Amino acid sequence: MRIPTMNETEPILTTWAIEVEALCKSFGNNRALSDIDLKVGRGEHVTVFGPNGAGKTTLIKILSTLSKPSSGTVRLDGEDIRNDPVRIRRRISLVGHETFLYDDLTVYENLRFYGKMYDVPDLEEHIHEVLSRVRLKSRLHDRVGILSHGMQQRVSIARAMIHNPSIVFLDEPEVGLDPQAVTMLRDVLKSINTPERTILMATHNLKQGIEMGDRVVILNRGRIVYQASREEIDTASFQEIYEHYTGTGE
Amino acid sequence: MKGSLSKVLAIFWKDILLEIRTKEIVTSVLVFALLVVVIFNFAFEPETAAMNLVAPGILWVAFTFAGVLGLNRVFAVERENSRLAGLLLCPVDHMTIYWGKLLGSFTFMLAIEIIITPIFLVLLNLPLFLPRLVLIVVLATLGFTSVGTLFSALAVNIKARDIMLPILFLPVVVPVIIAAVEATALVLQGSPWGDMLTWLQIMIAFDIIYLVVATLVFQYVVEG
Amino acid sequence: MNGSGALRNYVLVGLGFALMVAALYMVFIYVPTDKETGAVQRIFYFHVPLAWIGFLAFLVVFVCSILYLMKRAVKWDTIASASAEVGVVFTSLVLVTGSVWAKAAWGIWWTWDARLTATLVLWFTYVAYLLLRSYVTEDSQRARLSAVLGIVGFIDVPVVALAVMLWRTQHPGAIIFEGGLVPSMLFTLVVCIVAFTVLYIMLVVQSTRFRNMEADIRNMKNTQAD
Repeated sequence: MRIPTMNETEPILTTWAIEVEALCKSFGNNRALSDIDLKVGRGEHVTVFGPNGAGKTTLIKILSTLSKPSSGTVRLDGEDIRNDPVRIRRRISLVGHETFLYDDLTVYENLRFYGKMYDVPDLEEHIHEVLSRVRLKSRLHDRVGILSHGMQQRVSIARAMIHNPSIVFLDEPEVGLDPQAVTMLRDVLKSINTPERTILMATHNLKQGIEMGDRVVILNRGRIVYQASREEIDTASFQEIYEHYTGTGE
Repeated sequence: MKGSLSKVLAIFWKDILLEIRTKEIVTSVLVFALLVVVIFNFAFEPETAAMNLVAPGILWVAFTFAGVLGLNRVFAVERENSRLAGLLLCPVDHMTIYWGKLLGSFTFMLAIEIIITPIFLVLLNLPLFLPRLVLIVVLATLGFTSVGTLFSALAVNIKARDIMLPILFLPVVVPVIIAAVEATALVLQGSPWGDMLTWLQIMIAFDIIYLVVATLVFQYVVEG
Repeated sequence: MNGSGALRNYVLVGLGFALMVAALYMVFIYVPTDKETGAVQRIFYFHVPLAWIGFLAFLVVFVCSILYLMKRAVKWDTIASASAEVGVVFTSLVLVTGSVWAKAAWGIWWTWDARLTATLVLWFTYVAYLLLRSYVTEDSQRARLSAVLGIVGFIDVPVVALAVMLWRTQHPGAIIFEGGLVPSMLFTLVVCIVAFTVLYIMLVVQSTRFRNMEADIRNMKNTQAD
C-alpha cells in the first residue's frame, strides 16, 4: 500500500501496469531507444506501430526483462524490474516471432515443461484449458515440428498463457502467417483480451492494431512520435497519420 | 529451494526427452569417440608393452574430443526458436538453468563413456572388471561438464562457436586430463588405492572449485 | 588531456627510459658472467621479469574482470583488454627466451615442468581471451563474456601448476633454471624487474589512453550524426 507524498497528484490506488521513465538503450554507438516515457494502466491494451528498426522489438525485450536498459526506469505492476526480475516474470509473458518451442517434443510436453517452469498448479487442467482456448486440443500429442507455422504460433500463445499472466507482450505475432492464420490469430488474441489483462502489442498490421488497442503509439527511430487513444483516431485516415510521423509512404 | 530443484529436474528431463527423440548427441558423439580409439590403435603398434603405457592417454583423448563435440550441442539446441530466451523469460534463477543443463550434459557424457570404455578395454585386451575406473570416469566427467556447460553457453552466441569452444575449454581442463590419465594408468597396472589418492584429490578439488565458480558466473554469460 | 595527466605521463616515460638504460647497463656490463652456463645466462635477467609481468598482466585482467562485472564501468574492460594485449606479448617472449636459453645452456628446447606448463597454459588462455574479444562485436556483450573468461582462466593457472607439479614427481624430467645467485646478480635482477614493471605500466596506460580517445571520437561522430 503506497503512502502518498505531498507532491503526488495521482490517485492513491493507481498503480500503472507498465511504467517507463526516460528509457534509453544503446548498442555500442547505435542508439536504439531515446527517452521513452510510457504509462499503461491495468487492463489497457496498447498497440505500438513503427517501421522496421524503429525499436519496437528492443523496447519489448527490455519491458519483458530479457534485456537491460542503458538508462531509465521500468516498473511493472509498480515494481522496478531491476529489483526482483524472477518474481516479476511470474506475471508477464512474451509472444514473439520465435515460438520458444521445442520442435522435437509434443505440444503436451512443451506445455508441461513451461508449466513446470512457471510453477503452475493443476498443470494438466491448465494445459487442456489453454489449448482449447487456442483451438488446438486435437493436436495435444503431435510433435510441434509437424504443425504449420500458424499453429505453432498458437501453441506459443498457449505457452504464454499457461501461467495466467497479468501483462502480455506481443512482438509482431502475425509475421510469417498466411491470411487465414492471421484471422485465426486475431480471434485467439481477442479471447485473451480480458479486462484484467494488460496487453502491449507491436504490429505492422494497422487495421488489426487499431481494432484491438485502447491506445495507439507510434515509434520511430527510437522515439515515441505519436500517441492517441482509440476514440481520437479515425481509422480511415490513420494510414496517413502513420506515414506522416514515420516519413514512410508509397 | 525445493521449487528450484523441481525446475532443475524439469530442464534435465526436457533434455533427456529431446535426446531420446532425436538421438543426436549420443549417436554422433559415440561414433566419433569410437573412431578416435580405433585410429589411435592404428597409430601405435598393437600388442606391445608400449601399448599399455599409452592406453590411458588414448582413452582420455577420445573422451576429451568427444566431450567437446557433445558440449557444443548442450546450448546449441537452445538457439533454435530462441528457446534460451524462452527459458530466461521464466521465473528461474540462472543458477537453476546451469544445474539443469549440467545434469543433462553430465548424463550424456557418462552414457557415452560407459559404452566406449568396455569396447576400448576389449580392443586392447585389457582386463574388463575395473570398478575403480568408474570412480575416475565419474569425477573427470564432472570436471569436464562443469566447465564445459559454462563455456558452451558462452560460445553459443559467438560466430565461430565450433572452434571457440575447444580453445576455451581445453586449457582449463588440463589438470583433469592429467589426473584422469595418471589414475587410469595406475588402475590398469593394478596398483593399490593409496597410489591413486593424489589424483582423485586433484579431480575432486577441481570439480568443487569449478562447480562453485561456474555457478557464480553463469548468470553473466546468459544475461541480455 | 589535462596538464597534470600530461606531466604524469612524461614522468612515467622518463622514469621508464632511465630504468631501462640502467638495466641494460647492469645486464651487459656490470654483472659478472655466470660460471656454469656462460654469457647466454644473461637472458635470465630478461626472462624472469618477462615471466613476472606475464603473470601480473593476467592478474590485472582477473581483477578488472571482477570489477567490470560488479560495476559495469567501461574503463575496467578497457584496462583488462589493454593488459591482455601487453601480457600476451610478454608471455610469448617468455616462452621464446626460455627455449633459447634452455637450448643454449642445457641442450633441450623444452621440458614439461610446472612452471613451463603453467606458462604455456597461460599463453593459451591469453590467446583464447583475445580471440573471444575479436569474435564478439557488441561492446557490452564482449566486455561481459571476456570478463567471465578472465575470471575462469585466471583460476586455472595455479590448478594446472599444482597438477603438473604432482605429475612431475611421478615422471621426473630435465631440471633447468636452478642455481644460486650472488648479490650482484640479485641486484641486477631486481633492477630489471622494476624496469620491466614500469614498462608494463607505461604500455597499459598508453594503450588505455588510445582506446579512450578512440571511443571519444566514435561518440563525437555519432552525436553529430543524430
